[in-house]
Amino acid sequence: MIRNDVFKTLIPLISEHLVVCNIGAPSQELHALDDRASNFYMLGTMGLASSIGLGLAAAQDKPVIAIDGDGSVLTNLGTLATIGNNAQGNFTLLIIDNGSYGSTGDQPTYAGMNTDLAAVAKACGAETVLTVSAEDTAKAVEDAIASDQMTIIVSKCESGNVKVPVIKTNPIVIRERFMEEVRR
Amino acid sequence: MATGMDKQIVEDLKAAGIEYITSVPCKQLAGVIEVLEETPEIMHMPSNKEDEGMGLCAGAYMGGMKPAIVMQNTALGVVVNTLATLIQFYQIPLPMLISYRGEVGEPVACQVEMALHTKAILNQMHIPTYHFHKPEDAAELPGILEYCQMASKPVAILCDASFWRASA
Repeated sequence: MIRNDVFKTLIPLISEHLVVCNIGAPSQELHALDDRASNFYMLGTMGLASSIGLGLAAAQDKPVIAIDGDGSVLTNLGTLATIGNNAQGNFTLLIIDNGSYGSTGDQPTYAGMNTDLAAVAKACGAETVLTVSAEDTAKAVEDAIASDQMTIIVSKCESGNVKVPVIKTNPIVIRERFMEEVRR
Repeated sequence: MATGMDKQIVEDLKAAGIEYITSVPCKQLAGVIEVLEETPEIMHMPSNKEDEGMGLCAGAYMGGMKPAIVMQNTALGVVVNTLATLIQFYQIPLPMLISYRGEVGEPVACQVEMALHTKAILNQMHIPTYHFHKPEDAAELPGILEYCQMASKPVAILCDASFWRASA
């Protein structure tokens, strides 16, 4: 299974929740599959989906799912220490770990080599960290949303993208409609 | 030890409705950070790097809190992309309380290098910039914080060594 296949299994579980999605292919694929006001798409900055998700979870009570990638977490590795020291029970961080920089031509990441992001997350102080197969990801996310424990899920899937258009929605529209969902 | 100025700055942030602050420390900001830790009305969540901090602030803002970041001017070299593609692109109001290292009174030569670029970067990015040089300049802080929300922009408040020394 590639990322897009994992997304298909996730959509019935996350579509009613606040989702912060990683830049590039992940946001574009989620947007093409199931564009929702409750999705916040990162259009510009790499590596900050987990930080935005944590800030959002800390500021309000609704469940928040941040969908990040292994490459993006590596670019902002300090985020795991901040998350590990500021656990929010309504926060789920899903790291789609396909061992590659999907948006830039599938170059390999260190997470696909010697680096174990789940072990890093644990060492950073996060209590509930799971490594799951692509097939088992939806169940893990469902359980994480239902629990009041902050959960970090590293989903091991295959490298690969599907061809989808770039997101043309105005960023202010993305933010405003997302904030309306937060307030709802 | 926190000074009266450190307390006044945090008091102004609180009065402006700032509820969420992230910080990366600087010697000049130690007093402010100390007061923040003792201010239950403000959630203080330190970050490891300022671009990460701006991500946290963007999330807190969308969650309904007014955020601010406390950082050193050298970090402007870190956050240019995040300011442009997250904070400005999505129009997120973000007061940046910035220690202005490398100005008159600076003991560390290397700090001068980023001081030379500080206002140039802020100008280049069209970020409203205020420079606190004397203690009385801080009287403008409440107005700046209100202006930041009105404009939905990042706003820089540079506080130099002379300001901190005279405020001690």
